[in-house]
Amino acid sequence: MKKRWNWDFLMSRYPAFFPLLLLAVVIVLNLVLQPNMFDLETLNGNMRVFLPLILVSVGQAVVLLGGGIDISVGGIVSIVNTILATRVGLEGSPELMWRYVIISIVVGLLAGAINGFFIAFLRLQPIITTYATSFLYFGLALFILPNPGGGIPADIASLYRTSAPLGIPLAFYVIALLLLIWIFVSSTRYGKYLFAVGGKPEAAYETAVPVTWMQFSTYVVAGFMSALAGIALTMLSGSGNAEIGESMTLNSITAAVIGGNAFSGGLGGVAGPIMGALTLSFIQNIISFADIDTWWETLVKASIIVAALAAPGTIDLFRRRRS
Amino acid sequence: MKKIRISPPVAALILAIILFVLSGLLPNGYGSDLAVAKAQAVNIVRLAVFLGVIAAGQTLVIISGSEGIDLSAGSVVTLTAILTYVIVSGQNEKVLLALLVSLAVGAVIGLVNGVGITFLKISPFVMTLGMSGVVTGTIIVINHGNVSGKVAPIMTKLIARPLVLGIPGAIIIWLVFGFLMWLFLERTTFGKNLFAIGVNRVTSKLSGVNVIGTNLATYSLAGALAGFGGFLVVGNTGVVFIALGQPFLFPSIAAVAVGGTLLSGGKGSYWGTMAGAIVLTLITSLLTTMQMPDSVRRMVLGGTLLVLISIYGRQEALRQ
Repeated sequence: MKKRWNWDFLMSRYPAFFPLLLLAVVIVLNLVLQPNMFDLETLNGNMRVFLPLILVSVGQAVVLLGGGIDISVGGIVSIVNTILATRVGLEGSPELMWRYVIISIVVGLLAGAINGFFIAFLRLQPIITTYATSFLYFGLALFILPNPGGGIPADIASLYRTSAPLGIPLAFYVIALLLLIWIFVSSTRYGKYLFAVGGKPEAAYETAVPVTWMQFSTYVVAGFMSALAGIALTMLSGSGNAEIGESMTLNSITAAVIGGNAFSGGLGGVAGPIMGALTLSFIQNIISFADIDTWWETLVKASIIVAALAAPGTIDLFRRRRS
Repeated sequence: MKKIRISPPVAALILAIILFVLSGLLPNGYGSDLAVAKAQAVNIVRLAVFLGVIAAGQTLVIISGSEGIDLSAGSVVTLTAILTYVIVSGQNEKVLLALLVSLAVGAVIGLVNGVGITFLKISPFVMTLGMSGVVTGTIIVINHGNVSGKVAPIMTKLIARPLVLGIPGAIIIWLVFGFLMWLFLERTTFGKNLFAIGVNRVTSKLSGVNVIGTNLATYSLAGALAGFGGFLVVGNTGVVFIALGQPFLFPSIAAVAVGGTLLSGGKGSYWGTMAGAIVLTLITSLLTTMQMPDSVRRMVLGGTLLVLISIYGRQEALRQ
């Protein structure tokens, strides 16, 4: 190796490097189509819509890092949304709202713990287990709120929608906080264990890593993040709908993978998936601004996503062929 | 300590029979009327055929390992169903053409999946998920909301109506299909290679298995089988719509898992998937006849699925 900072080094040492490139590309494209993108109001309008997916993607990223997958996250988002919309109501007091925010978080933790119990302790296969629990969670959400409706007080919702302390939208504080927490966590023993469990659980087990508890904890984290996303989404929409989380599940997985997290676990981080979620959201934005024929929207969006997924592999392929 | 081991396909089948017998005790079950019971059983198996055929491709990619999965199956089903519908437009002589087109289109989509997964190193889950979006997008573009077409009478006759001794053609097709799948998996070199790469790709490669070729062929074949599924589904429903195939997607994975095939690859059988498809179809149709609200039905389905996989879907313990 002649140069230390060559492509391979960047790609392997910093899994978030490529997502950052992708994000830069979509931001430039977005800026061309939406010149006032960096105005506070527009920026806030975008970021508050993006934040729920970012939150879920971080939870999903942790599960993927630990070698699992969680396809029940959308269901947890829906449960939280229906709880808040039915129990707080349009006329609810702030105290009532905060009480149910705490209850929602507990519900999210519990739902994650159920996933974690079946997967880590009973050793069931993650995909199929969380598929089954997603039925439980969506069913429960539908049970709480059979028809779209309900809501939360407008002044509480506007707290999420418009607050921008020091002229920076709320979402950026949340992202910064997530990144800080991740930087701290990945330097602790927990972070090291997480990578070990995701990389090779048998080897981790033999070196006295508490594999079962680590796997369990990743699903609890995902449940917690989904509950936060559900709260954010409810404050964004101001109303309840049991199907609200449906698109979140697969989007969060795509975001995490675009963000450089390996599906097999043990590789990646949280910064990449945050960028992946932003990239996905900006792609949606670009499509709605690019004035594409409605009939073509799905195809264009899916093709861009496949291209984004294929990009690192394609570059690799060409580089290998040249050398 | 020696445990009694029942193979998952048998366990799933026994479970299906027990569930079916118990379902007779339900308020609106078949009661003591044997003729009704038989008709109901035949109908449930007939409905399971479609899920079973779509899950065949899923079984192959899951056996191939390395997180193999095909999330594009649902949209391929919709696409080939629409293609069949348009090509056939009521003429018996066009059925064969439609079948070939369905298989070919499915195989091409599967091949694209395979190329992305093997050469570009995209994980199967997101690659096939992305392809599913592309295929759905293509359907929307070519379909533009409505298509004109019609299924041929011969398809309805073969697939939806009783053929021999009151047994619908679909079930006979499925039995033949199941036998072919068994031959393919257990008695061909390709099948052996498939299980080998599912267990360990490096050792298979060192033992002379063409890993890349086998993987590409598996995904194309899975696509073709999903295409065949679409052809059968439209023969049963007689109408097409944009969300026709998607409801089959995750149940096809669940059918594979309930049938005892390991989702990590290298172990499994198509008999298991067939039994899994019957169990899942049975549970869903029982829940439908029980006339519960949608929310409770979903929760019961999720709970049942959890119980099912808890019984024999467990992975090996960490401590050996």
